[in-house]
Amino acid sequence: MSRTTILRFLSIFTFLVGLAFTAGATKEKKFNVSETIMHHIGDAHEWHLWGEGHQGTSIYLPVILYDNGIKVFSSKHLYHGKAISVEDSLKPSEYLVGEGPAQGYALLHEKIYKLNNGKLDVHWAHPKNAMPLDLSITKNVLSLFIGAFILLAVMLSTSLYYKKNGAVAPRGIAKFIEPLIVYVRDEIVKPNIHGAKHTRYIGFITTIFFFILVNNLLGMIPIFPGGANLTGNISVTLFLALCTLLVTVFSGNKNYWKHIFATPGVPWALLPIMIPIELVGIFTKPFALMIRLFANMTAGHIIVLSLISIIFINKSAAWGLLSVPMALFISVLEILVAFLQAYLFASLSALFIGAAVEEEHH
Amino acid sequence: MDLVTPSFGLLFWTGITFCLLLLVLAKFVWKPVLSAVNARSQKIDEALLEAEKARQEMKSLHAENERILKEARAERDAILKEAKEAGARMIEEARDKSKIEGQKLIESAKLAINSERNSAIADMKAQIATFSVDIAESLVKESLASDDKQKALASKMVQDIQLN
Repeated sequence: MSRTTILRFLSIFTFLVGLAFTAGATKEKKFNVSETIMHHIGDAHEWHLWGEGHQGTSIYLPVILYDNGIKVFSSKHLYHGKAISVEDSLKPSEYLVGEGPAQGYALLHEKIYKLNNGKLDVHWAHPKNAMPLDLSITKNVLSLFIGAFILLAVMLSTSLYYKKNGAVAPRGIAKFIEPLIVYVRDEIVKPNIHGAKHTRYIGFITTIFFFILVNNLLGMIPIFPGGANLTGNISVTLFLALCTLLVTVFSGNKNYWKHIFATPGVPWALLPIMIPIELVGIFTKPFALMIRLFANMTAGHIIVLSLISIIFINKSAAWGLLSVPMALFISVLEILVAFLQAYLFASLSALFIGAAVEEEHH
Repeated sequence: MDLVTPSFGLLFWTGITFCLLLLVLAKFVWKPVLSAVNARSQKIDEALLEAEKARQEMKSLHAENERILKEARAERDAILKEAKEAGARMIEEARDKSKIEGQKLIESAKLAINSERNSAIADMKAQIATFSVDIAESLVKESLASDDKQKALASKMVQDIQLN
């Protein structure tokens, strides 16, 4: 990147960040850093673009509830509902009572509850009300769909190139994507899963890699359609880790299970200790995967937001001279982390699968 | 605590999206793209191998050409040598032939000269005889004017004849 490109990017970035926060800063409400950041990295039923409260601009996403039948309505009916302050709580907060089609539901901290006699019974910041099964297209779900759409568009056009031109040198988008696919196969799958068996897992590992990569990068874009902390959401990393766990367990061969239930070279007297340890080990490996991706991506978002928040804590745009370059630095670092975490998740998944399918050799 | 509590909704949508992505991408992207890449690398390998083979062939062809050229050159040399020898031989033969021819000519010339000379001598002899007779006649006419002289001459002639 040339220097002018960096400067242009910097100015656009500053402008957008300024735009996103000016409305909030002019208001005479005390700026709560942790609440703002937690709100940004969490999920929501709306996609907030700019502005504050009812004056702000948001994309209201559809709420889908399974509560004695499927109920679908716009989250507008929740966000534009009456705000009721919660008493008997550790910290002051307010929930929104749904109107119209959202009648009978309330929104507290982005969670939907069923109203009990028209109100929530909050004890120690936790409502006792029942929760309907929430299958809403939330901010993260929409981001997931956008990411999937981008991934499909890019990958299918790559595939189309080869379908059209046959086995020739890549051009256009294929020139960019092909080395990545070949890299995943040659540097992630092949070294970890030995022998001809690796071909069976190329699809899974490559999909994991690109899924994480695209969503990581999408999360780094400050405005719509990016910015959702999807890969920093525990539900997503939980699912991905679960996939790795299931693939590992179901492709485990005799040798793999033998190493768990009768580890070679371990005296039989130690087996009562070893077997539980090995069994727990099956779960800790994917668990570490889940936590690693979640923590890394969430931490990145928190750092960028914290640095930008310096401006609003001090209520002076001059602090932007410090905070924007620092946020830019972290953002660039996060691009590296986006690749690194995708690589790590794919690589470790391949490693675990490779250990499960390895044949006995001595 | 909300941060680390999975939500069922997102889990559900992630599951569906990821599984669909896995199916579609594995079937329509990873497989065809990687098989295209494999096919291409195989094609490149083959092309390289073929190029190497062609190079070897070129090399052997070159060697063959060189050999043929060398043979041709040797043949040319041999032919030239032979031609030179043949030429020399022909010249030699011609020289010998001409020598013999010359000798023959000389011989026949000699013979002719001899026969000419002989005939000339014979002719001369005849003429001399005629001249002698004429001279003798005139001499005789003169000297035989007297008897003595006639006698003397006759005796002398007799003597000469005896001597001959």
